[in-house]
Order: sequence, then structure tokens, then C-alpha cells
Amino acid sequence: MPKVTFIEHNGTAHTVEAANGDSLMRAAVDNNVPGIDGDCGGECACATCHVYVEAAWWDKVGGRTETEETMLSFAAATKDNSRLCCQITMSDALDGIVVHTPDGQH
Amino acid sequence: MNHISMDAVRAAEERAWSTPLADLAPADPQLFKDDAHWAYFERLRKEDPIHFTRDSEFGPYWSITKYKDIMAVDTNHKVFSSLSTLGGISIRDQRADFPLPMFIAMDPPVHDAQRKVVSPIVAPGNLAILEQTIRERAETILDGLPRGETFDWVDRVSIELTTQMLATLFDFPFHDRRKLTRWSDVATTIAGPGGLVETEEQRQAELRECAGYFMGLWNQRVNAPPTTDLISMLAHGESTRNMTPQEFLGNLILLIVGGNDTTRNSLTGSLYAFSKFPQEYQKLRANPALLDSAIPEIIRWQTPLAHMRRTAVADIEIGGKHIKAGDKVIMWYVSGNRDEEVIENPNALIVDRARPRQHLSFGFGVHRCVGNRSRGTPRCR
Ligand code: HEM
Ligand code: FES
Repeated sequence: MPKVTFIEHNGTAHTVEAANGDSLMRAAVDNNVPGIDGDCGGECACATCHVYVEAAWWDKVGGRTETEETMLSFAAATKDNSRLCCQITMSDALDGIVVHTPDGQH
Repeated sequence: MNHISMDAVRAAEERAWSTPLADLAPADPQLFKDDAHWAYFERLRKEDPIHFTRDSEFGPYWSITKYKDIMAVDTNHKVFSSLSTLGGISIRDQRADFPLPMFIAMDPPVHDAQRKVVSPIVAPGNLAILEQTIRERAETILDGLPRGETFDWVDRVSIELTTQMLATLFDFPFHDRRKLTRWSDVATTIAGPGGLVETEEQRQAELRECAGYFMGLWNQRVNAPPTTDLISMLAHGESTRNMTPQEFLGNLILLIVGGNDTTRNSLTGSLYAFSKFPQEYQKLRANPALLDSAIPEIIRWQTPLAHMRRTAVADIEIGGKHIKAGDKVIMWYVSGNRDEEVIENPNALIVDRARPRQHLSFGFGVHRCVGNRSRGTPRCR
């Protein structure tokens, strides 16, 4: 299975497996990765799965939808490389992807 | 005081299952007073999850009772509007005569623009500054409670703590703090004999007093160096300092009302919950780290806001039902939070539940609670 690495705000890294077709949020929540809440279950409706995507992967993860853009615009501490990771779908092309979690999701 | 009568509960339960489905009307204030609404929603979730009530004191309305359907309505703001001029966000249509602009009762794009202006004010960093003060005040309240005698928890703790929290956030004159409670209660009440206010005129007069008081605070803060309270931040903030007085008051009242009865309800709800589930209280006492899951679990179980309302602005089919443009649509969070299809053993309070934050109490989508993001003590997370 492809792997994804979440790096916490304090630097702790968590590498977990994610099935193709699953979202990064799902992979984080199913593996109890701290720093990702995913309150809405992946409906792009809570913005508690906010991550920063490392530059090398930015072009591969695809663009934000209008809904994601709106929800992100209400989130705290967004940056140019912010994404809601329930909207990033795992695939072989993303094997090894690295994302960072913000200080908090609230 | 309102005591829950078991007879009333049993009678209502009986009615919940025996009333012809077409006549079932869950939006009956008495049902909620008696804590007897649960059976109504249990039946609706089973037999008619998207239910139309033809006639009621609130007019005709749809009841959305299942978690997933509520999510679908909440996230579809293009069809389901919050606009105050269509009736707003409560089952009782919003009155047009005290029109303060509040983004909770607006639709995108205006909503989004306003929310973006205000939400940094209640961002975690800002609230953290006030956290220490609020903690100390909370400790004083709890330390001052009587021991070994009966007392009113709602007044001494739920209201007092909420009010002190709000007073701290706004750096509101501390001795006047109960005015905050009064004004937000009055802002959301329905005038009537024996009610909080007897007449609509009285209601309006009190809200004008509130507006005057806050304009005074604004003037005071705008002419002083910036401080960390929310009024000063609004008065000096890059994107907020040019708000019209109407906008300023609307946003301020939204923050006060938004934080008032919700927080009060969950503080009271926590005590009630633990009285019904004492073993869960023991679990928490033994392991205070469980607070992180206990807090959202209480907020799910108690559901401080039982419903939010939308008005359909286009025809739409959902769950085989045809909702028409203009129809009133009630999202019953209180029901969705007990939906056994999504939440295991939903009627039980379980302080170490696996996914406690999976609940509807803060809403979802563009209107999702902004207070939910506050990580200081003034939070509901
Ligand atoms: C347990 C505590 C709380 C609960 C259960 C709660 C619940 C909610 C819900 C359900 C909504 C969505 C309304 C809708 O979709 O129509 C909402 C919105 C809102 N809440 Fe809260 N709330 C809580 C605490 C707070 C606090 C402490 C504040 C103030 C700091 C606050 C301020 C707001 C504001 C400003 C909105 C409007 C957001 C928008 O329309 O974009 N809430 N809240
Ligand atoms: S899980 Fe809610 S927005 Fe991603």
C-alpha cells in the first residue's frame, strides 16, 4: 500500500499506509495520527483536516474545489500550501507524500 | 422551576407511537420542556426520516431527522438558505423589525466576507491570552459554591461562568455583567405575558439599551490604545474598524448570543449527564485526560442547539421527498446526534467514545460554529 507521512507541529513524524482511493484524512484518523480531527467524516464541511503539503508534492495532489477554498478561507493559520486532506485521494502517484499538520485544527 | 414529570414523558412516548404519522408534529415546545421529544424523533428516524408537518404554531415545516440527511442539507447552502428575510435560522420566522446584520443569517458571498472579518477575532491565539483570567474566574466560582446544601447550579455556575467568560472576552464592565445575560436572553426570546419580556415594545427597548451601551464601549476603546479584548480588536482591526455601527452591533450581539445559551446549556448538560451516568463520571475522575473526549461527547449527547432552520430556495428531492422552493426546513441536530446508523449506542454517554467529535452540534458547512475553534476555556470543543 502507498505510504503517507504526517509531520506534527512539534516535528514528530508519523508514516502510515493508505489504501488507494482513500483520503489522507481517512488514513490519518484510522491510524490515530494526532493533529487531524476530520469531524465531518470527509464531507469538506468542517475544515478540521487542514494540512500543509510539502512543495515537492504540491503539483501532484490536484487543485482545490470551490467548496474547499471557502472552508479553508475560514480556517486558522492557512498558507499557500494549505489543503483539506479529506479532499486528497491516495494513489500510487502519491506514494511517499509528506504533509505537515498545523498547530491545531480549532 | 421545571421538573421533568415521568407521567408526562410516558404519555408523550405513547402519543409519539400512536399518533398517525401524518399528524406527528415534533416542534412542540411542551415536548422539549417535558424531555419527551426523544420518542418522536426515534419514530421519525425509523418511519419517516424526512417528515412534513402540515400545520403548527410555526406554520408548515419539514423535519430532517437523520445524521446523513442533516449533513446533506447543512452543506447545501445554495438550495437551503439562512437568509433573515426568508425567515432566518430558527423555526419561528425572524422578525423584520430589529434588523441587525448578522452573518449567521446571511448566505454566501456576503456571509463569507463578513465571517472572514470576524473569525480571526475569536481565533485560538487571541483567546489564549484571556485563558488565564477565565480559568482563575472559573476557579473562584467553583471554590465559592456552598457545600452540603442544595443550590441552583444553573444560576451559580452555568450562567455565572458563561457570563464571566463573555465579560472577560469583551472586557465588559464586570459589575454590569448580568446585563449581558439579560440582553442575550431578551434577544432570542419571544415576548408574551408571563415571559421574559411582556411585550415586543419592551423587548425592543431593552435591545436599544444594549446597543447604546455597546456603542459607548466602542467609542471608549476606539479612542484608547489597542488592547486584547474583542471590542478593542474590532475597533482597531484592519478589516473591522470601518464597520458601520449597525454592523458592529450585529456582529457583537451574534458573538454574545452565540456564546450565551449554548455554553450555559452544555455546562448544565454536563452535570445532568453525569447524574444519569455516574460510572462515566467515575471514569473521568480516575483519568482526567479523558476530558478531551468527554467534552465533545457531552456536547453531542446534550446538543445545546436542538435545531437550525433553513428555507429552500429551489425545488429539491431528498430521500424521496419533494421539498419545494419556499418551504421551511428544520435540521433536528438533537435527533441526528442520536442516529444509531452513524453513532453506536447513541443514547449512552460514553466519555471515552472512539470518535466523540463526530456529531452535529456545531453544524457543518459554511455556517459551522466559529466558537468551536476557540481553544481557550471559553470553548465548546
Ligand atoms: C457548546 C457551545 C456551542 C454550540 C453547541 C454552538 C452551536 C452553533 C451552531 C449549531 C452554529 C451553526 C448555525 C447555523 O448553521 O445556522 C453556530 C454558529 C455560530 N456560533 Fe456557535 N455554538 C457554541 C458556542 C459558541 C461560542 C462560545 C461562540 C462565540 C465565541 C459562538 C459563536 C458562533 C457564531 C458567530 C456563529 C455563526 C457562524 C456563521 O454563520 O458562519 N458559538 N454555533
Ligand atoms: S474532514 Fe471535514 S473538511 Fe475534511
